[in-house]
Amino acid sequence: MIELDDIHKAFNQGQPNEYWALSGINLKVAARQVTAFSGPSGSGKTTLLTVLACLARPTRGRVRLCDEDVSGLPERFLTEIRRRTFGFVFQQFNLVRGLSALDNVMLPAYPLGLPYGQLREKAESQLAGLDLGHRRDARVEWLSGGEQQRVAIARALINDPEVVIADEPTANLDTALSRQFLDILSRLIDEGRTVVLTSHDPLVVESSVVDRVVRLRDGHLVDGAG
Amino acid sequence: MRHWIARQRYLIDFTLASLARRKTKNIGLVLVFSLLVFALASVTLLTSALRQEAARVLAQSPEVLLQRMVAGRHDLIPPGYIERIGRIRGVQQVEGRLWGYYYDPVVKANYTFQVAATVPPPAGRIVVGPGLARFRGVQAGNVLSFRSYSGKLFTFTVDAVLPAESELVSADLVLLNEADFRAFFDYPAGHFTDIALSVANPQEVRTVATKLAAALPDSRPILRDEVLRTYQSIFDWREGIALALLSAAILAFAILAWDKASGLSAEERREIGILKAIGWETGDVIRMKLWEGTLVSLGAFLLGYLAAYVHVFHFSATLFAPVLKGWAVLYPSFTLLPAIDGLQIATLLFFTVFPYAVAVLVPIWRAAITDPDAVMRG
Amino acid sequence: MRYAGRPSALAAWVFAVLIALFLASFADAGRLGQKRSGEQAARAELAARLRLTDLALFTEARYTRHPSLADLHSAAQDHPLSLEHFPSGSLLPPPAHLRNHASLDRETTVPD
Ligand SMILES: Nc1ncnc2c1ncn2[C@@H]1O[C@H](COP(=O)(O)OP(=O)(O)OP(=O)(O)O)[C@@H](O)[C@H]1O
Ligand SMILES: [Mg+2]
Repeated sequence: MIELDDIHKAFNQGQPNEYWALSGINLKVAARQVTAFSGPSGSGKTTLLTVLACLARPTRGRVRLCDEDVSGLPERFLTEIRRRTFGFVFQQFNLVRGLSALDNVMLPAYPLGLPYGQLREKAESQLAGLDLGHRRDARVEWLSGGEQQRVAIARALINDPEVVIADEPTANLDTALSRQFLDILSRLIDEGRTVVLTSHDPLVVESSVVDRVVRLRDGHLVDGAG
Repeated sequence: MRHWIARQRYLIDFTLASLARRKTKNIGLVLVFSLLVFALASVTLLTSALRQEAARVLAQSPEVLLQRMVAGRHDLIPPGYIERIGRIRGVQQVEGRLWGYYYDPVVKANYTFQVAATVPPPAGRIVVGPGLARFRGVQAGNVLSFRSYSGKLFTFTVDAVLPAESELVSADLVLLNEADFRAFFDYPAGHFTDIALSVANPQEVRTVATKLAAALPDSRPILRDEVLRTYQSIFDWREGIALALLSAAILAFAILAWDKASGLSAEERREIGILKAIGWETGDVIRMKLWEGTLVSLGAFLLGYLAAYVHVFHFSATLFAPVLKGWAVLYPSFTLLPAIDGLQIATLLFFTVFPYAVAVLVPIWRAAITDPDAVMRG
Repeated sequence: MRYAGRPSALAAWVFAVLIALFLASFADAGRLGQKRSGEQAARAELAARLRLTDLALFTEARYTRHPSLADLHSAAQDHPLSLEHFPSGSLLPPPAHLRNHASLDRETTVPD
């Protein structure tokens, strides 16, 4: 599905505070599986996720998406790819405050210009599928952490992405809610999606839902590489 | 096309929802903005209406007026001038005008006393302008006393009050007959204030005026053309305390708008990051902000313009009266014929909408082209 | 419109009303113009009959009551940018024929 080929990522390249967050990552992410990046803080998990999901460009190396090299594409095309292929669940959820849950879910589809009724029905069914049908008109800042995360997941799914990207999805959740999240993950796989996430939560990393754990340290893969 | 409209509607939905989050602040902004447009549009509408009014009302004013200048001051026309002018070829009709100013200490107002050439009131009787009548509280049949500059008290009976609708040209007039005028001002016999003349062939006005200036070296001809031009440039954009004050207001607003529009809050920055990360293009973000700028400024323009229209043409520009009045006690109340200068309105529209949209856009441009991965880090 | 509650639908209404009023203001201008043209004609007639040269807007000084008759030496014409004693003096520009020093105005000629 996604192939990373000798990925290097430098921050502040050429400046005194130059920092290589990733050096020489080779990785194949298999379709219809849950892949988890794990490792100590600062090891480069989030950075790897951003490169993989076309949010950032690698300093060196290639990203291949369905056998197509996307690392050299201009920003416009990357946006298009992001919109069509990836759905994002961020650590801080990154919902837009002041908007209702429903509006937040619909947001990624706005640039597509679908008929409003159609989009709204889609968003409503996504929310209903995550047991949030009754909260759809509430402003997101009034929702609980678990509810906010489910809104974020619904938003990630609105454009029907092949790949769901989640950065530390359970960091702000208690055990019960984390379990609930794992259930959602297995449902996503059943729907034929691919999930890539980062986590240092043992509950997630050791769960049976996760097909593969990739460990990172100081920008290198520790094991499970290939 | 339908697709395009659907996309724009989504962008508008979003931009309005974000504006609604800071409701009071944004409503306040629109109101201040409309107030500014209101003031500018009021000035524009009022002045274009006054210009048109002057052009129509003064179209029949004397073709040539002749003043005599002594030591740089307007002086009386001595006897003999009228006859000499009558002999100049091309001059059709010559008429000495008699008029002057009078300061009324009772109400501290200035009046214009004038001899009504065509239908002079009978001796001891005057016709007064509607402004004066209102101010002194008189009507036909009442008696008005003025102490002349020579110290004598003159008592006149008000014969009639000029019609109210003529107030814009006649507010302060006191019309009387020639004998009364000369007696009141101690005006020397045979002298006139100035001379109005008409010319047989309108094409020759300038030639005649040159001839007049040559024949009477101490005279100064004023052409109707020049009178009309005076009023065409009245309240010119460059002139005016009102506009000077308004430019201060514009500046203050520009600072406000710039502060509002350019100072992207951390929250807004974060939001743009989120939008870009979840699949909005830079262009979508910019279009969304462009809608914000357009809706705010266009709304403010329409509100301000409508208020100005009602203010000027239905409420006679009441709010400007204190400025226009100045120190004058006697101020005409008038209703103007609406004259809307489309070009000026378009200019105003442009200068309201365009700078604001740009002010909104510039900082967004910078934020919108930053990398979307920043949103991954809190 | 099935979801009239959308903000864009509300905005469309508001702007439709505002633009309709904007257009109506032009129609109203035409109507008022008709209605008031009689009054204007009366003013024009009076001005012609009395040989009036100016609007009676500002009565406080010679050069504001009769700007068209003002000469080069009236207060307003001291300098086009001079600070005025009367507010209206700053609203009134010097008459165009004085600013342009039309040929009919005698200027002091420099003696040779
Ligand atoms: N924009 C940046 N500029 C400079 N250095 C950065 C930047 N972003 C990340 N880094 C550095 O890159 C390294 C990897 O960061 P990254 O966020 O990928 O770590 P992480 O594994 O996700 O850690 P955590 O588990 O704490 O989230 C860190 O040392 C971080 O300081
Ligand atoms: Mg991280």
